[in-house]
Amino acid sequence: MRGYLGIDVGSVSTNIALMDEQEQVIENLYLRTQGQPIRAVQKGLDYIRNRIPADMEIGAVGTTGSGRHLASIVVGADSVKNEITSHAVASSKLVPDIQTVLEIGGQDSKIIILRNGVVADFAMNTVCAAGTGSFLDQQASRLNIPIEEFGPIALKSTTPVRIAGRCSVFAESDMIHKQQMGHNLPDILAGLCEALVRNYLNNVGKGKEILGPVMFQGGVAANVGIKRAFEKALATEVIIPEHYGVMGALGAAILAGEAVKKTGQTNFKGFGIAEEEFSTLSFECGDCPNLCEVIEISAQDKVLARWNDKCGKWSNSILKKQKVGEEAC
Amino acid sequence: MKVTFPHMGHMYICLKAMLRYLDIDIVVPPKSSKRTLTIGTQHSPEFACLPLKLNLGNFIEAHEKGADTILMAGGVGPCRFGYYAQIQREILKDLGYEMNMVVLEPPERHISELLVRIKKVTGNKPWTDVVKAIRFAWYKARAVDELEQRAHKLRPREKEPGRVDELFKQALEWIDEAEDREQLNENLKRMRREFARIPADYTRKPVRIGLVGEIYVMLEPFANLEIERHLGRMGVEVERSIYLSEWINDHLFMGLLKVKGSKEARNSAPPYINHFVGGHGQETIGSTVRFAREKYDGVIQVQPFTCMPEIVAESILPTVSRDFGIPTFCLIVDEHSGDAGVLTRLEAFVDLLARKKDKTGEVKGEVECVDI
Repeated sequence: MRGYLGIDVGSVSTNIALMDEQEQVIENLYLRTQGQPIRAVQKGLDYIRNRIPADMEIGAVGTTGSGRHLASIVVGADSVKNEITSHAVASSKLVPDIQTVLEIGGQDSKIIILRNGVVADFAMNTVCAAGTGSFLDQQASRLNIPIEEFGPIALKSTTPVRIAGRCSVFAESDMIHKQQMGHNLPDILAGLCEALVRNYLNNVGKGKEILGPVMFQGGVAANVGIKRAFEKALATEVIIPEHYGVMGALGAAILAGEAVKKTGQTNFKGFGIAEEEFSTLSFECGDCPNLCEVIEISAQDKVLARWNDKCGKWSNSILKKQKVGEEAC
Repeated sequence: MKVTFPHMGHMYICLKAMLRYLDIDIVVPPKSSKRTLTIGTQHSPEFACLPLKLNLGNFIEAHEKGADTILMAGGVGPCRFGYYAQIQREILKDLGYEMNMVVLEPPERHISELLVRIKKVTGNKPWTDVVKAIRFAWYKARAVDELEQRAHKLRPREKEPGRVDELFKQALEWIDEAEDREQLNENLKRMRREFARIPADYTRKPVRIGLVGEIYVMLEPFANLEIERHLGRMGVEVERSIYLSEWINDHLFMGLLKVKGSKEARNSAPPYINHFVGGHGQETIGSTVRFAREKYDGVIQVQPFTCMPEIVAESILPTVSRDFGIPTFCLIVDEHSGDAGVLTRLEAFVDLLARKKDKTGEVKGEVECVDI
């Protein structure tokens, strides 16, 4: 039996999903990246190794997320794909006629519009973080409630207060004012959920035609208050998938499976990499005033890749040795 | 007198050629870099757009190298750029830099107005020399355009990634070095020969993207995070709505030369934008219509954060996109230098286009790309 592995290395969390050939999720895992993406990937693989069914071997590995390139070099990935495509693939596997995917994570939020199973349009938050999970996190800790209880408390509200949601700084001061005026906690939290949803729809979903079925995923999908606020604002039912937190990783696993079908074999380096020493080195290139901080990753004194140079001098010097199209995307 | 000017992509090559031709002492500011941005941002109003900050940085860096006179473009209309020369002059004065500023406003009525302003820098040179110098600069602008277009075409088709980038840098130097027409032609021939030698797959039918938006961030690779190179690397053929020579013709020669200019773009803008909205807002919409008619797969708009004309255009783009069925994507650039987020968005957009193209069965073979 073959298993497909998907690894989503994000800024806040690293998620890993393992699925079987029938695309059923066998194992999934959520780890904090904590600024050490290589460590997080190694830790995750170590965890999966101990839980993988005895008769299963890894048939394909895919990576996604902002750390996808780094992770692909570490594990030997068969596909390297951006988050948007990965999320879209996972959602349309689950609900084939899906037309809208709302995704809110810790640092970023996105909306994906699909038509006939193909991504037709998308948007990601650019300069504003008011509509993301870390803002909710911050407010929950300010109000001294665990983030898990945020949603259930918000659901108790009967008359949500109106909170300015355009900017997280304004939202916070507006919230404090409402508190001081004596509004109760559920109403304030429900108001905050509505403000976040309003901001998301205006900022990220701007001008897009949101048609059902609508799916809501990403870490924030755990918050039932936000789910209700979306349903109220869109006047339609919002589906939350069972594995809402690891949809990106699932998509990566599916894409990797497809990639291996074409190439016939996986590039996966095996679980041994969990113990392997990877060293990264960064140096400042002084050849022009850009002073790029070039990053180099190597294993056993062999340079695997270099990146982060503006002009391509360092990254090209390694790439040249590869055959074009080896890393198809 | 030591003359300097702001950077805008490869425009320095033309200005350098023109001023050198007239035996004017010049200082080319160091290429826009993180340092330029840091200096510029430090002394600029926070809400100004990226071009003001980078140009101010250019001037200060040129001053460090001995420049005392600045040749700056002006402008008219609702875009703030027309006011930038004045602001920069005041900032430099407040900082205690003694620098002269000659502002080249686009001529309103007759080309002679421009010549009078140029005379401030050229002194007592005969007019015939000035005209010859401008002509030489113009030929260099055309040469740079040709180089860029060749690179756009070849990047998605090259078999060894990086070859085009290398030749591009080399060829820029060749164009820059040429001291007269003859040498320039010689070097252009050499460039064409070298391009022909790069191994490439000419049968490949890549995704084609049209680039529209604000002129400065479109022409300056440092400002747009090298979007053309990145897209090329992702296997995309890029075409830009405006090139250096067109801009020079439109803005300095009043469109006197009979070449393709922004007029065509403006004529395609109605009924979406019927009149001038400042900057290149109208051209952004017009060019998008043009790219859609020419069956491009998608359009990317680039704009500096807080750019009013482009915000107007951005809000109209979804309508054009719907009417013509062409996906559009907007990239806003500011001081950020980390390109991971931008690459993710670009890659996703290219994916979208490739899958769409795949479905309609137009694309042959795998869409390949190597990107880090």
